[in-house]
Amino acid sequence: MSNKLIEIKDLSASIDGKQILKGINLTVNEGEVHAIMGPNGSGKSTLGYVLSGRDGYDVDGGSVSYAGNDLIDMAPEERAREGLFLAFQYPVEIPGVNNTYFLRAAFNELRKHRGEEEMDAVDFLGVVKEKMKLLELPDGMMKRSVNEGFSGGEKKRNEIFQMAVLDPKLSVLDETDSGLDIDALKIVANGVNALRKPDNASIVITHYQRLLDYIVPDFVHVLSDGRIIKSGGKELALELEEKGYDWITNGEAVAA
Amino acid sequence: MPGVFVLQETPEQSDFMSEALETIEEFVQSDYKYGFVSDIETETVPPGLNEDVVRLISEKKGEPEFLLEWRLKAFRHWQKMTEPKWPNVEYPEVNFQDIIYYAAPKKKKELASLDEVDPELRATFDKLGISLDEQKRLTGVAVDAVVDSVSVATTFRKELEKQGIIFCSFSEAVKDHPDLIQKHLGSVVPITDNFYAALNSAVFSDGSFCYIPKGVRCPMELSTYFRINAANTGQFERTLIVAEEGSYVSYLEGCTAPMRDENQLHAAVVEIVAMENAEVKYSTVQNWYPGDKNGKGGIYNFVTKRGICKGANSKISWTQVETGSAITWKYPSCILQGDNSIGEFYSVALTNNFQQADTGTKMVHIGKNTRSTIISKGISAGRGQNSYRGQVSIKKNAKNARNFSQCDSLLIGDRCGAHTFPYIDVQNTTGQVEHEASTSKVGEDQIFYLNQRGLETQDAVNMIVNGFCKEVFRELPMEFAVEAQKLLGVSLEGSVG
Ligand SMILES: Nc1ncnc2c1ncn2[C@@H]1O[C@H](COP(=O)(O)OP(=O)(O)OP(=O)(O)O)[C@@H](O)[C@H]1O
Ligand SMILES: [Mg+2]
Repeated sequence: MSNKLIEIKDLSASIDGKQILKGINLTVNEGEVHAIMGPNGSGKSTLGYVLSGRDGYDVDGGSVSYAGNDLIDMAPEERAREGLFLAFQYPVEIPGVNNTYFLRAAFNELRKHRGEEEMDAVDFLGVVKEKMKLLELPDGMMKRSVNEGFSGGEKKRNEIFQMAVLDPKLSVLDETDSGLDIDALKIVANGVNALRKPDNASIVITHYQRLLDYIVPDFVHVLSDGRIIKSGGKELALELEEKGYDWITNGEAVAA
Repeated sequence: MPGVFVLQETPEQSDFMSEALETIEEFVQSDYKYGFVSDIETETVPPGLNEDVVRLISEKKGEPEFLLEWRLKAFRHWQKMTEPKWPNVEYPEVNFQDIIYYAAPKKKKELASLDEVDPELRATFDKLGISLDEQKRLTGVAVDAVVDSVSVATTFRKELEKQGIIFCSFSEAVKDHPDLIQKHLGSVVPITDNFYAALNSAVFSDGSFCYIPKGVRCPMELSTYFRINAANTGQFERTLIVAEEGSYVSYLEGCTAPMRDENQLHAAVVEIVAMENAEVKYSTVQNWYPGDKNGKGGIYNFVTKRGICKGANSKISWTQVETGSAITWKYPSCILQGDNSIGEFYSVALTNNFQQADTGTKMVHIGKNTRSTIISKGISAGRGQNSYRGQVSIKKNAKNARNFSQCDSLLIGDRCGAHTFPYIDVQNTTGQVEHEASTSKVGEDQIFYLNQRGLETQDAVNMIVNGFCKEVFRELPMEFAVEAQKLLGVSLEGSVG
């Protein structure tokens, strides 16, 4: 019925020779939302970086097929142009680079990649205005430098705003909820929901069940020590909220 | 890193670098797109320097007696001087007897109009992307183009003349306005000022002259384009800008040179005089040939630029984007003599491969309530060495003088260097001097962030570097700012941090 968007098979990866991911298996179909939860340091962000091709994150084994391509062979910018978007856990500041200018450059890279004409500044402003409304961003933010001096919550909101403009096929949201106040959380979640389409998908990394009340996942996975040790439906998140991770990680230890 | 040794370093040494570093460094190489040689007949004097050569240059130009005397005085003084060694740059000894001190494109007769300019020469300018065509007036830039040592043509003259503005080659100014030249030449940079200024005073062959009469706001940007073409030639231009009371002018200077294995010397002098309530904006985009990626060839750019705010409320503002030259050694300065006068210095200096730059400014506060601002952005890539050297001096009578300096360095890769040498001398207790400095690196995280949004690494670096330079670029006239951004992109081609 639905098409596979990404298929991760037995993926292991290391940083500086230290193994972090130890055999991840995960398939995400178009139209789905998968939540990934798990203790600090279990490898959630690492998975996001490996999927987006960050330098220094070495794939030691396994495969990742994305929209029919071998993802591992692609340069980070090619992955981005093919619609893979990472909302960073810690968005980076680029001093002096205007937010709108930067985003238009990114937007036009994607258009060029699809064989479309670049969009000029005036038309692009139209696109931006619309998405700004969706995320209730103040006007001033687009005139500022990329993330420079933004509050933690503003940075996160800016990530989702970029996602809204770039319209990716697969988004990996790395703890987008942390640092957001209650109102901002609702705005961001509504934004993410509004962007859901039958042919795109998201992987939502979070520590809190609260976010999943707004962005309702189709699947919840628990990542621990570089492996997915449990998967279930949205009720798994509730169970984790109540009981913590011990009951599964212990169970895993016994099983192992 | 001493440059002389640097020149002998072999690429194999990069083997010792970590792999991550190499991926950064492998990109650090740039191609110089202005490196063509034009086949223009040139007239030169034999290499070497003595009084006869000085006399010959003066004679060829049909100069009045006072100027010959001035040159000879400068030459005699220069002979007693020694080359300065204090800049933080290293290069093999220059043999001043190997240099050709005069090279002019041969012209058959006096030029009556632009149409008579040598077609080869016109083609050269077309390649450079600057057009002498009057039709291109839309760009609103009047151009005086100096090839090797001689000023070739000046556009828009007639239009400027209507307002009493003089914009012409230095030689023409000597012929047509000797009184103005005699009055102002050397009044800001005396012949005794320094080694290269003395040399320039003795042998300068051409340059630009600009005079804005009282109360006139120059309606367009005035621009000079310098190009070195002949081999083994030193280029010594002389620029003099005089802004009378209440006048305004914005002046642009651009430069290129062909690629040559040997080093070529460029030692220019620029003098600016601003009278009461006058304002002069001087912008430079310097793109002399920087040498190849192993450090061979390139221009030695040893320039003296200085302006004097003579009258009260006058303002001189230097903006420079320095991307070229093997060695850059230059400190555009302001003497703030008039009360309430303002001096500004905005600078971007980029060194890639084996380039070295020692640049900065001097702000000399003499009058009351004088203010100065210094914004310096140094970018080092490859094995480039970049030094900021700035002096802020507040003299005894400069009551309530203020200075703000900000010097930021950006490093791309691990083999380049950034250095800052601020000198502060405050002789009046009411003076306020503020100095801020920072050094940062183009971060892997920044590049990855931009990669993740679809930008190629090179574009990412350009974007980060342009962001770093924003405060300076916004001081440039619009069309120059665009050019400067592109130039930075070209100069950084392949460089990654
Ligand atoms: N550069 C590095 N060198 C060595 N170890 C690293 C490096 N980067 C990350 N790690 C380690 O990899 C492990 C996984 O880190 P990761 O950031 O993926 O965890 P996470 O699940 O996202 O945690 P959190 O919930 O705290 O965000 C951690 O033990 C971390 O210390
Ligand atoms: Mg994380």
